[in-house]
Amino acid sequence: MKNRSIKRCLINILVHIVLGILGFIWILPIFFVLLTSFRKEGGSYKSYIMPRGYTLENYKNIFIQNGSLDFPRWFVNTLIVSVCTCILSAFFVLCVSFVMSRLRFKMRKKLMNISLILGMFPGFMSMIAVYYILKGFGLLEAGPLKLLALIMVYSGGAGLGFYIAKGFFDTIPKTVDEAAYIDGATKWDVFWKITIPLSKPIIVYTLLTSFMGPWIDYIFAKVILGQDRAYYTVGIGLWTMLEKEFIEYYYTQFFAGCVIISIPIAILFLKTQKFYVEGLSGAVKG
Amino acid sequence: MGSKQITYGNSGAWDMSFHTAFRKGNWMTKLSAFIFGLGNFCCRQFLRGILYLALEVIYLYYMAAYGITSLKNLITLGTIAQIEVFNEEKQIYEYIVGDNSMLCLLYGVLTIVITLAFIYCLRGSVKSAYDSQRKREAGKEVPNFLEDLRSLKQKNLHKAMLFTPIIGIICFTIIPLIFMILIAFTNYDKNHQPPGNLFDWVGLANFKALFKEGSLLSKTFWPILGWTFTWAIFATFSCYILGMILAILINREGTRCKGFWRFLFVLSIAIPQFVSLLTMRTMFNTNGPVNSLLRTLKVIGKTEAIPFFTDPTLARITIICINIWIGVPYTLLTTTGILQNIPRDLYDAAKVDGANAIVIFFKITLPYMLFITTPHLITTFVGNINNFNVIFLLSGGGPDSLEYYAAGKTDLLITWLYRLTLTEKDYNIGSVIGIISFIILATMSLITYRSSKSYKDEEAFQ
Repeated sequence: MKNRSIKRCLINILVHIVLGILGFIWILPIFFVLLTSFRKEGGSYKSYIMPRGYTLENYKNIFIQNGSLDFPRWFVNTLIVSVCTCILSAFFVLCVSFVMSRLRFKMRKKLMNISLILGMFPGFMSMIAVYYILKGFGLLEAGPLKLLALIMVYSGGAGLGFYIAKGFFDTIPKTVDEAAYIDGATKWDVFWKITIPLSKPIIVYTLLTSFMGPWIDYIFAKVILGQDRAYYTVGIGLWTMLEKEFIEYYYTQFFAGCVIISIPIAILFLKTQKFYVEGLSGAVKG
Repeated sequence: MGSKQITYGNSGAWDMSFHTAFRKGNWMTKLSAFIFGLGNFCCRQFLRGILYLALEVIYLYYMAAYGITSLKNLITLGTIAQIEVFNEEKQIYEYIVGDNSMLCLLYGVLTIVITLAFIYCLRGSVKSAYDSQRKREAGKEVPNFLEDLRSLKQKNLHKAMLFTPIIGIICFTIIPLIFMILIAFTNYDKNHQPPGNLFDWVGLANFKALFKEGSLLSKTFWPILGWTFTWAIFATFSCYILGMILAILINREGTRCKGFWRFLFVLSIAIPQFVSLLTMRTMFNTNGPVNSLLRTLKVIGKTEAIPFFTDPTLARITIICINIWIGVPYTLLTTTGILQNIPRDLYDAAKVDGANAIVIFFKITLPYMLFITTPHLITTFVGNINNFNVIFLLSGGGPDSLEYYAAGKTDLLITWLYRLTLTEKDYNIGSVIGIISFIILATMSLITYRSSKSYKDEEAFQ
């Protein structure tokens, strides 16, 4: 009996040690980002790991300095784009998912299959064509228009990503709707006055995921914005900082920028991970 | 009262197919296929009739002004190339603008989509006329325009709510896709760049070139396809199994501070992916922290460096390892809940039989998890085939290889496609690659979705 409890104790210690080592490995890169963002010495790669001195200058510089790379401006650009995108695409997603979940009409199953198939084409296979369509409509003539184009690109196809919200709507009991219909409500009333107030979590989730999109994406942004640095979003902006011509000067500021945008996104993610899990396993549970 | 009447008044012919409406309708209904809204005019639905008629007039005007030309251009893809003419007076070369094949193709596709929309309107016009005709014959009241508008909140709510999202999807997903698919059948490569040059239809030549034995393209395509699958298999299963083991370790009885451990691992996916990937790239750089650490520890010499991203084989291993760092927390997040649902008596029975932890994992946990999460696993697999971010941000496809056509040793189909279109401007080959990867993905996903429970009994929950 005693033997077994000792064995169990040993296993427990072993497991904690393994978890500790793994946790250390997983947390290490994050530490590296934090440390480098506070590093006093400029320049890029160093032959040592721990910085020789610490400073807040990197954070100050990235916001004050108006050199060829203008981080505050990118920040504002991204903010504008993401606010517009999140409102538009949340509207699209909620509309489509409500229709697919609650209304029954002839084309429903067909439309769902089509959206499934469309989702399987590699995303930026269409990118080049989108670029030329936008160019054809004259949306790439000036910087502000490019931002508008970016908003359209980010939110245009948003309606296809309705699966998670649809799964949520499916869980709201239909009896609630039926009670409302008996009281003479129209279908629109049910959507607007019953489903929407009951779906706050999924609305928040939809808003947040589409809000985060522009902060994380940089491929579409790169294609559409090209060399127009003043109108860059944060994603490609930071990427530019690591290019050969800038890396020596901006290396530490790059990490400061990473920390600045990572903190809000990390908080949002940790707050909404519940929905993320449910959305992913939604298909599994069925 | 009002809403009830609308539900009543509007049902019927709308659910009927265009075919029956056209066959059974009177001459007025049949004529509505040529003069839109005619049937509605006769039933005093003036506003509805005017709307239909306006759509037809706009379409006919568009076709007469631009449509016919763009359809012709779609077939020829432009006939007059841009010419360089020497101007004697100014002593410079001047360009006479020719046809732009790219624009010809784009406008052609647009015209086709507009025509399809027109056909949809035509069907609507006939159906609407037949609907009104039947109501009048039955002596019922024909709904006026206000009631039509109100029906958008009730019977036709799906039309009202789907309108804008579908327009968005057509403009930003469907039209570009058709455009790119068509390019696979042209010779739009770096030697045929508009506006300087024309490109033309070449049929299946691009597909043949890709599959022709011994050509540079096929020498690139097959190895890349092979690596794409190797990558997807390793990336999916390494993350799946390791993530599950981690989840078991964290959730077992004896482990303390479960929440803390979970937080520790989930933190790494909470930060934006491009930040963590770019950080990884810096860390494993020739002069990056990992190499300098190894130098300090005297594992390698002062000037030596381990070529994490420059040696082909090592680059592949490095990328798979870094992907484990990225992917394991995701598995942890998604499997924790399912693991807790495994019936306890299975484990108890196994323990009574004297099975140890490893046997239990392979005989109970893994089969159970595989059974439940197969659809999720295949989605992940498909996602990995298309995993642009990891490859592009870590190695950029490199190290480049001379045996390949515009590709590196770690390039996936998807990053090769990116390079072919954006750097090399060989749009035709890029488009062929896109179509092939679509076929691969579509077959795999369709098989899964079709056999998954959630697809079959979708209504079960409601």
